[in-house]
Amino acid sequence: MDSFILRQRITQGVIHLILIVASITMIVPFAWMFLTAFKTLSESTAINPFVIFPSSWKFDNFLTVWKSYNFLYLYRNTLLMIFFRVVCAVLTATMAGYAFGRLNFPGKNLLFSLILVQMMVPSQIFIIPQYMMVANMKALNTMFALVFPGLVTAFGTLLLKQAYQSLPKDMEEAANIDGCNIGQRFLLIMAPLTRSAMVSLGIFTAVFAFKDLMWPMIVCSNATSTTLSAGLAKMQGQYASNYPELMAAALMACLPMIVIYLIYQKQFIEGIATSGGKL
Amino acid sequence: MTAKPAVKKQKMSKWAKNEAMWGYLFVIPTMLGLFVLNFYPIIQTIYQSFFKTGDFGRGNIFVGLQNYISVLSGSEFWGSLVNTFKYALIEVPFSIAIALVLAVFLNRKILFRSGYRTIFFLPMVAAPAAVAMVWKFMYNQQFGLLNNIFGTNIAWISDPKIAWISIAVIGVWSIVGYNMILFLSGLQEIPHDYYEAADIDGATGVRQFFAVTLPLLSPTIFFVLQTRIIGALQVFDLPFMVMDKSNQALPSVQSVVYVFYQYAFTYNNRGYGATIVVCMLVIILAITFILQKTEKKWVFYN
Repeated sequence: MDSFILRQRITQGVIHLILIVASITMIVPFAWMFLTAFKTLSESTAINPFVIFPSSWKFDNFLTVWKSYNFLYLYRNTLLMIFFRVVCAVLTATMAGYAFGRLNFPGKNLLFSLILVQMMVPSQIFIIPQYMMVANMKALNTMFALVFPGLVTAFGTLLLKQAYQSLPKDMEEAANIDGCNIGQRFLLIMAPLTRSAMVSLGIFTAVFAFKDLMWPMIVCSNATSTTLSAGLAKMQGQYASNYPELMAAALMACLPMIVIYLIYQKQFIEGIATSGGKL
Repeated sequence: MTAKPAVKKQKMSKWAKNEAMWGYLFVIPTMLGLFVLNFYPIIQTIYQSFFKTGDFGRGNIFVGLQNYISVLSGSEFWGSLVNTFKYALIEVPFSIAIALVLAVFLNRKILFRSGYRTIFFLPMVAAPAAVAMVWKFMYNQQFGLLNNIFGTNIAWISDPKIAWISIAVIGVWSIVGYNMILFLSGLQEIPHDYYEAADIDGATGVRQFFAVTLPLLSPTIFFVLQTRIIGALQVFDLPFMVMDKSNQALPSVQSVVYVFYQYAFTYNNRGYGATIVVCMLVIILAITFILQKTEKKWVFYN
């Protein structure tokens, strides 16, 4: 029995060791971003001796970056883009998901198969025509351009359809007897029941809108109209070797999302797991 | 006798008509959006691939299959395709294997479980642009963290022989937590009875993993494998952000989507870009088809 407990202890120890090594690997790049953001340029490029901690914790790099890279605009644009994309995705997907999951109408299966086709196609194939539409509308460098590809979502429709299908049937029938029409039934009874799927889709949409790089680079090339991701790419192109400033910018770009994630990590992880599991 | 069903049928159809009306009303925004944003663009991209493009899509000259001939006979597309597959060959298996091990560990009763989970998932909420920037700095040959910590002098991202591995390492680092979360939710669906039965049979640890966990998790593994292969073949952010235009290793790292981006939006040769992306579409659909066809061989369903 003792040897059994000993073996258990050793197993636990080995597992923790592996998990700790993995954790360190995950954290080091973030830590290095953080430490470098506070260094002076010469500290960041010193090799003999190699400098790990900055000699003083000044916010100079952050202030420089804030002023010279229009960070206020980048935050505003990213926030608004995420907001509009989440609202559009949740709204349209909830409606379409309800129709596909709960209603019967001729051509339903055909239309739904189009949703599945869209999900099989790599998104790069849409980009040139989408760009040309935005350009023809004279909408380059606008908020509309940033939101445009996210107005509707095939994936979200699938997600919400499955959520509606998993709801019990009798609930709706009770409402039917009460004399609600389909619109009222959807709005008052069914839609609130899929709140967790809506939250999942919202988080998923927000995270991927935030991470998207190519689209904002293409349609919003102005420094004041673009997003954090594309802004970082622009900065790196212009000031490739001032690492403390670049790391300050990268940290500022990532920090809001990381803080929100740390506060709502349960919702984030569940949201991504349930929606990512269906992608 | 004959009138009654007719009346009933009419009533049914009125109700059904009402339902269909609401159905159409609810799917119209999404379907309209998909047609404008996705289906028309697919056709338009294919159409464009037969044209030599002037600026902003004006002055299109029909060139027939000329774009396809030059894409498929040149070395650039094939080279980028090889690079992309090489990237996928590292990113996919490593990110899946590591994620699987971590998920199995975190599925046990273990101290700091949620703390570990939070840490592993962290890269998922960071912008790839920012991630690429810090890795690029860590990879710096002179004053980067890696060479200084390990006392090496490796040209991580400018040696053509290893640059693609370095890029793929960032890819693994970025995606491993995401895969792990998907595996964790798959693991939680495996009934405990199976493990108890395995315990009674004396199968523990590694044997339990191969006898119980792996087969029962195979639907999830197959799903993750499929999405990761497709995802890895579309890699763009990492090579774009890490590799400078002047980097000599760029030709051995640039991905298909990277080359597509260059032609479509840097050189403004949209017809050529469209051709590249149509070729990529064919390859991705072929891979999807093969994976679907072979699914039964890989996956164990109860």
